Amino acid sequence: MGAGHGHRLHFHGHSPVHRAPAHLKVLALLGFMLIVVATPREAYAVFALWAVVLLGVIALSRVPLTYLLPRMVVEVPFAIFAVLMPFISHGPRTEVLGVSVSEPGLVAGIALLVKGSIGVLASLTLAATTEPQDLLRGLQRLRMPDLVVQIMGFMIRYLDVVTAELGRMMTALRSRGCDPRSPRHWPVLARSLGALFIRSYERGERVHLAMLSRGYDGSLPQAGKAR
Amino acid sequence: MHVPDGFLDAPTSLATGVVAAAAVAVSLRAARRELDDRTAPMAGLVATFVFAAQMINFPVGAGTSGHLMGGALAAVLVGPWTAVLCLSVVLVVQALLMADGGITAIGTNISLIGIVTVAVGWGVFVLLRKVLPARLSIVAPAAAAGALLSVPVAALVFTGLFAIGGNAPVDLTALTATMLGWHTVIGIGEAAVTGLVVASVVAARPDLVHGARPLLAERVLETRAAVAS
Repeated sequence: MGAGHGHRLHFHGHSPVHRAPAHLKVLALLGFMLIVVATPREAYAVFALWAVVLLGVIALSRVPLTYLLPRMVVEVPFAIFAVLMPFISHGPRTEVLGVSVSEPGLVAGIALLVKGSIGVLASLTLAATTEPQDLLRGLQRLRMPDLVVQIMGFMIRYLDVVTAELGRMMTALRSRGCDPRSPRHWPVLARSLGALFIRSYERGERVHLAMLSRGYDGSLPQAGKAR
Repeated sequence: MHVPDGFLDAPTSLATGVVAAAAVAVSLRAARRELDDRTAPMAGLVATFVFAAQMINFPVGAGTSGHLMGGALAAVLVGPWTAVLCLSVVLVVQALLMADGGITAIGTNISLIGIVTVAVGWGVFVLLRKVLPARLSIVAPAAAAGALLSVPVAALVFTGLFAIGGNAPVDLTALTATMLGWHTVIGIGEAAVTGLVVASVVAARPDLVHGARPLLAERVLETRAAVAS
């Protein structure tokens, strides 16, 4: 993974949102989401306002909505829970389209869906407009412990290497007739994961030795400086 | 699996955030004992491995699939403190770069997936290691038992958090029963994968498995007389 490649969700651009310092973006996202989460669940006008604010930031970032919306699928499992909410909650019943549902459950389900969707869209906007390296520097400025930032840096740096390695193992398994989803093949799958762990661990040892030979003394020299 | 924004109210999210920050701070000090100055690259690579392992889905039934949480697995492979660090880093990266799990729920996710599964998985593992005969062959089953229990306990803690700061009037006994039932099934999958992965690493490189080190130390070199023929 060379410099400037970004990550899967990153959308290259030069908008004010892209250029804004990462630590401010993280703080803004955290503050915004805390306010959204603390908004009373029946204040629909306020939620509409938050949605407009968020859409305004997205418009400013010039990341197309067609890029962000399909990536909201990560939300699906909890969306299902939110949709089930009116049916599994108790309290007074009400009729919606001829189906009897719990009224407080309906309100809670809608609030859950709205807050969750705003959260996912806002997080996607941060991910789409921030390079991982900038994010790391931002977290460092937010006084995240240096060791955590370093671990995160190594994780981001080797993410594509290790997932590509796993992908190659999966291709090799499949080409030999293995179906990784079937429990019958779990032993084979688990041996591959075991091999992946050993390879990752040994890669870590090699990286550490390479760092020592270049004068690593517990802190990364370039971490504090600009790129 | 990850809790999104808005699922728990703001005070509960902040409280779990404080718990998570404290646990990560303690783990940072303790992980240096497990890995000394190798901490950054080793924990980084193990975090990447945990992330990759979480990408593998297994069917839970009814057309849905669960994925590995990896708390017990990481705890047995690299030690509990490093495991908490690795899982926390994975969760923060997933929340900030992949929009998986809400940013206000980072504390909740770290508490549940990072701390509870590691603590339960490692606790059960150490207990079994003490009780069972000191042989290498017990490492994988003990890890599987830890993984089996870690998932329903995490689900139970989540239900507890939901009872305190949940944003919905759901019948709690029904929710507890559903969550426990569902996560016991996921726990069985987690246990099977954890046990098999640990067994394969123990077979190839037992020295890398943190949980097996006390057993390795007790092994003595045997010199057997060759059979004369």
